[in-house]
Amino acid sequence: MRNTLVLLPLVALIILVQILAGWTDSVFYLTQLTMSAYYALLIIGLCVVMGYAGQISLGHAGFFAIGGYLSAALTTRNLVPYHDNLLVKILDSAGFLLASQDVYGEPLLVVTPWAACIAAILTATLIAFVIGIPVLKLKGHYLAMATLGFGIIIFRVVLASAYFGEADGISGVPGFTLLPGLTVSGDFQSRAQNYYIAWAALLIGMLLLRHLIDSRVGRALRAIHSSPEAADSMGVDTARFKLYTFVLSAIFAALAGVLLTHYNGGIGPSEASVMKSVRYVAIVAVGGMANLWGALIMGVVLNFLSLRGVFGSYDDAVFGLILVLIMLFAPNGILSLHFGLLRQRIMMFCRKGPAEEAK
Amino acid sequence: MALLRVEQLSKKFGGLQAVDSVSFALQEGSIKAVIGPNGAGKTTLFNLISGTLPVSSGEVRFRGHAIQGLRPYQVARLGIARTFQNIKMFAGMTALENVMVGRHVQSKAGFLASMFRLPGSRSEERQIRLKSLELLDLLGIADHAETEATSLAFGQQRAVELARALALEPTLLLLDEPAAGLNIYETAEIGRLITKIRDMGITVLLVEHDMSLVMDISDEIVVLSFGQKIAEDVPTKIQRNPEVIKIYLGEETAGQV
Repeated sequence: MRNTLVLLPLVALIILVQILAGWTDSVFYLTQLTMSAYYALLIIGLCVVMGYAGQISLGHAGFFAIGGYLSAALTTRNLVPYHDNLLVKILDSAGFLLASQDVYGEPLLVVTPWAACIAAILTATLIAFVIGIPVLKLKGHYLAMATLGFGIIIFRVVLASAYFGEADGISGVPGFTLLPGLTVSGDFQSRAQNYYIAWAALLIGMLLLRHLIDSRVGRALRAIHSSPEAADSMGVDTARFKLYTFVLSAIFAALAGVLLTHYNGGIGPSEASVMKSVRYVAIVAVGGMANLWGALIMGVVLNFLSLRGVFGSYDDAVFGLILVLIMLFAPNGILSLHFGLLRQRIMMFCRKGPAEEAK
Repeated sequence: MALLRVEQLSKKFGGLQAVDSVSFALQEGSIKAVIGPNGAGKTTLFNLISGTLPVSSGEVRFRGHAIQGLRPYQVARLGIARTFQNIKMFAGMTALENVMVGRHVQSKAGFLASMFRLPGSRSEERQIRLKSLELLDLLGIADHAETEATSLAFGQQRAVELARALALEPTLLLLDEPAAGLNIYETAEIGRLITKIRDMGITVLLVEHDMSLVMDISDEIVVLSFGQKIAEDVPTKIQRNPEVIKIYLGEETAGQV
């Protein structure tokens, strides 16, 4: 309940921004705010891995790319030449395929966005498990190393394969109709609608993660982060919890990739680059590691600035510099510098007494 | 029947024989203390029983089943809880949350149930909170439930750690130097608590330096020296055991006693 109430002012702010953008004739800001919300969805997932399970992943751009590229490829690549293939027939009869005509009037057979989304998420989940199982049993920086290698592989694969469009990436990705009348797409007419879809996705993700942190699982994760030995002797299977957290964050990243790709109508190899992964890690660090709100705010603000082109061609360098500066001067995140006192007061305000909560 | 039976247990660190074929049994509902000078292998023995260290040879039997080779979280799930010599509080969490972690094995909400607040997880969460508050109350620190655990006084942290271990509802409680760093009043208080815990039906095995505490509360005492068991008896007999006096007070003094 407390978690839900805290979201209300933010919801008000989101609506206010949309109305203001309409009045001031600057609705183009909504486009970058929509994209920033999807990136922030990935970042809050990564925040749980870094801040609560105490692991570092340098491969989250890879999971984002798996989501984006798979849904892009499956919803655009024509399956008509393979219509005799048994697998294609099975998919067709199961209702996973969509027949139409392309711009030249030729027959087009592609996977529906829903089926593509589910396939992309399942693939990301499976890969996260495979990478995670061996490395999470080891201590130290093994996950960082393994995910770095994974990220590089994904980047080279999308760059080298014709199926994924090589250096051009994939364009012409259709809209993703979540519910009748609710479509994720880059249509001008549905700009406001998409702004709300993206922010709803981010807030739902935030609510789920807040619930997680504030539960038996979240307490176990925080315990592992603070003292793995003591957590272990409390009966917490530390390796399993770290693994599940990593997989959960990979799902968040893949989902962000799917939605943003449908919104943009395409995806390019830069989304899979290692610099993107470093950027996400930097943003979580700026937000204060074990601070979901910090991650959300910084995820939106920094991505918005980057998308507006504020950092120019120094984009990647800026995020590298941010990471270095944060590690040197504010290891607890930028919010701890100026708003530390304010945050403490807000926390005290939000925290109920023990007797009241037990009811 | 013995609740815990340690048989020919040994641990080698390179060339050092830290624990050397130690055997003893622990009767259900009793308090047993392991004493010995620094470096006698007491904490190592503890870590072998709780699964924190792998054994070199020998057996640890709990309710008749061999448990050596299990990971600590598996040992905890069997109903063996432990505390640490240098209290390991979970930083950044309140005293109450620390104790709530102790309810881990007694609850089961997973990732999905927690994220979506499924009905079962809500009532479970309430149970966890109630039980944890009850334990804080039992140990007299309910007033500090919402205080961050690491900012509590040392004695209070000990109490939180004890509550956290009790939250597992263990049948066997392993206490690693529960009186370390406490003054005489706090030591006496922890002694009363340990007897109270035993009276709740929980069997206690403790490692301790404080002789007065050990003599007061233990039903039986095991004495270790250089990794070997040199005596095992009731406190009054241990006090008069010439070998024990020798290792504690030195050879010449022992002659004069």
